[in-house]
Amino acid sequence: MSSLLIAEQVLNGLQSGIMLFLMAAGLTLIFGVMGLINLAHGSLYMIGAFAAAAVAGATGSFLLALVAALIAAACAGAIVEMVVIRRLYHAPHLDQVLATFALILIFSEGTRWVFGSFPLFLDIPEALSGPVTLPGGIQYPLYRLALIGAGLAVAAGLWFLTARTRIGIQIRAGENDREMIAALGVDISKLYTLVFALGAGLAGLAGALVGAIQSVQVGMGEPVLILAFVVIVIGGIGSIKGAFIGALLVGLTDTLGGIFLPELFKLFMAPDAATQTGSALASMAIYILMSLVLIWRPSGLFGVRL
Amino acid sequence: MKKLLLATAAMALMANAAISEVKVGMITTLSGGGAGLGIDVRDGFMLAIEQSGRNDIEVVIEDDQRKPDIAVQLADKMIQSEKVDVLTGIIWSNLAMAVVPATVAQGKFYLSPNAGPSALAGKGCHGNYFNVAWQNDNLHEGAGAYANTAGYKNSFILAPNYPAGKDALTGYKRFFEGELAGEIYTKLGQTDYAAEIAQIRASGADSVFFFLPGGMGISFLKQYADSGVDLPVVGPAFSFDQGILQAVGDAALGVVNTSQWNKDIDNATNAAFVESFQAKYGRLPSLYASQGFDTANLLISAVAKADVSDADAFRAALEAAEFDSTRGDFKFGSNHHPVQTIYAREVIKEGDVYTNKIIGTALENHADAYAGECKM
Repeated sequence: MSSLLIAEQVLNGLQSGIMLFLMAAGLTLIFGVMGLINLAHGSLYMIGAFAAAAVAGATGSFLLALVAALIAAACAGAIVEMVVIRRLYHAPHLDQVLATFALILIFSEGTRWVFGSFPLFLDIPEALSGPVTLPGGIQYPLYRLALIGAGLAVAAGLWFLTARTRIGIQIRAGENDREMIAALGVDISKLYTLVFALGAGLAGLAGALVGAIQSVQVGMGEPVLILAFVVIVIGGIGSIKGAFIGALLVGLTDTLGGIFLPELFKLFMAPDAATQTGSALASMAIYILMSLVLIWRPSGLFGVRL
Repeated sequence: MKKLLLATAAMALMANAAISEVKVGMITTLSGGGAGLGIDVRDGFMLAIEQSGRNDIEVVIEDDQRKPDIAVQLADKMIQSEKVDVLTGIIWSNLAMAVVPATVAQGKFYLSPNAGPSALAGKGCHGNYFNVAWQNDNLHEGAGAYANTAGYKNSFILAPNYPAGKDALTGYKRFFEGELAGEIYTKLGQTDYAAEIAQIRASGADSVFFFLPGGMGISFLKQYADSGVDLPVVGPAFSFDQGILQAVGDAALGVVNTSQWNKDIDNATNAAFVESFQAKYGRLPSLYASQGFDTANLLISAVAKADVSDADAFRAALEAAEFDSTRGDFKFGSNHHPVQTIYAREVIKEGDVYTNKIIGTALENHADAYAGECKM
C-alpha cells in the first residue's frame, strides 16, 4: 500500500467529512437552539439536490443551480418551521420525532409526484470536471477539491456568523436560555424561523454539491441523516465546532476504515474471509467510534449540556 | 335486515368471483428508492394483460415499500382474504425469500418477474415457483464470459455487502478466467466511491467489474468517469437500465453490460412491445418492463390452456411456456428458471436519449448453476 494511496484516501475522508459537516451544522444548530429533533433534515438535503437538478437542466448553469438549491431548501425549511415545527417546541421529543417523520414521507412522495420515480441527472460543471495532479503526483478529481474548499468556506462563514455578528449572539443566547433572551426583547419566533431556514439552506447546499457526483433520487437524504446524527452526538449536541470536528472524524474513520480494515485482516486471514470480515467491521467503525467517544465524554467532544 | 344485506353482499361477491376466473396478486415496489423497477414491472405486466383483451384475469396490485415484513403481510392478505390464485411482482431477493416459500407451500403459484435468489433455484426449488427473468447469477456469469472474450486478464471486482452482491461476485468469478486485482464489498446503499476508485487506480487492474444496482451504480459511474481512471468497465444490466441511464449521462457511454433482453432483439413481439410501451407510457421500456411483459404473457398462455384450479394441468401449461417472448424463443430449465442467451450490450446515445445496443453474445443458451441441486 503506497503512501500516495494513503494520502488520496485521507483527502477522500476529509471531503466526505466536510460535506457531512454541512448537514450536521444545520441539525446541531436546530437542536441546540430549539431543542428539536428534526428527522426531516434529510428531506431538505433531497430538496436541494432536486432543485439544483431541475434548475441545472433548465438553464445549464451550475452556479444558478446552487443558488436555487439554497433558496428552495431554505424556503421549504422556513415554511415547515412556521406551519408544523412551531407547534412542537413544547411537545415531548416523541411527538417531534413522529411529526418530522411524517414530514419525510410527505416530502418523499411529494417529490416523486412532481419529478417522477426515476433518478434525475445533475452533472458537475465543465470547468471543475476531470482530475488534477497534486504535488507528490496524486491524481485527484478537481471537483472534490472544490467541495473541500466550499465546505471550509461555509464553515468559516458559520464561525463568523455565530461568533462575530449580532444574530450569532442571539443564536448562542437562545441555546443557553431562551426565556431570558425573549424577556430581553428578542423576537424569538423570528429567530427560530431564521435558524431553521439557515440549517435547511445548508442541507440543501450539501444536497446540490453532493448530488452532482451521486444519484439525485427520492430518499437520498436518509442515509446521510443517520451519519449526521452520529456526527452531532460525537461532537456534542448544539456545538458547531463539535459538528466540524465530529464530521471530519466520522468522514476519516468511515473512509479509512473501509480501506484499511480489510487489508489489516488480510495479514492473518484468507483474502476472501478478510474482505468480508473487514467490510463488516468497517460498516460498524463509526458507531464504535461514537460509543468510545460517549464512554470518554458522555455529552460529546464539545457538548456542554447533557 | 342486516342478515339480508350480508347475504346480498356475499352473493355479489360470488357473482364477482364467477366473472374473473384467475385472480393475480402483484406485490411490488412502488414507493421509496427502488420504485422505478417495480413501476416498470407493473407497467409491462399490465400492458400485456390489456393487449390480451381478456377480462377473466383480475390483477390486484399492492406496494411492498421494499420491506420484507410488509411484503409478507400483503402476501397473507392476498392469499387469505383476496383469494388470489397466482402471486407475482417482487423485485428484491430478500423480499422474495420472505414470501415465495410460504406462498408455494399453500398451493399457490408464484411467477417471479425479477428476483431469482440461488436458494429458490437449487435445493429450495418448488413446482409452483417459476422465474421468468433469470437466476441472480446469470447476468454476472455473462459479464465474466464477456471479460474473457474481451481479453481481460486482471479484473478489479466490487459489489455491495449483501446476499445478491455475493452472488454477483461468485457469478463473475465462475466464468472469468483471469486473475483478480482486488475484490471489495462496499456498504449497501453507499453513495461515495472515492475510496474504492483510489484502490482501483492503485491496483494495476486492466478492467473493472461492478454490481451496484440503482442509485449506487449512478454514483459510482459518475465518480469513476470524473476520476481519470480509464480502465474498461463491465457490469450487469442493472446499473444500465433505461430508467437510470439518463441520470448517469455521458459517464456511461461505451460501457459494456450484460442482459438477457434489449430493445433491439430482432423479433416481432419485441418490436411491438417496445413500440406499444413507448406509446402508452411515453418512455422506453427497461429490461424490468420486458420481464413484467413476459411474465404476464406466460400467465395468459397458461390460463388459455388450463384451469388454475387444476394445479397439475396449470403447472404443465406454465412449464410448456408457449408464449411469444420479447426474448424470442423462451424455455424453462428443469428448475423452472429460463435457459436463455445473455447478450453483451454497449451504452450509446440515440438523439438525446441514452440507451443500449447489442454488440454480441456473452453466453448462448445458458442455464443456471443450481439446476442440478433442484429435486422437484
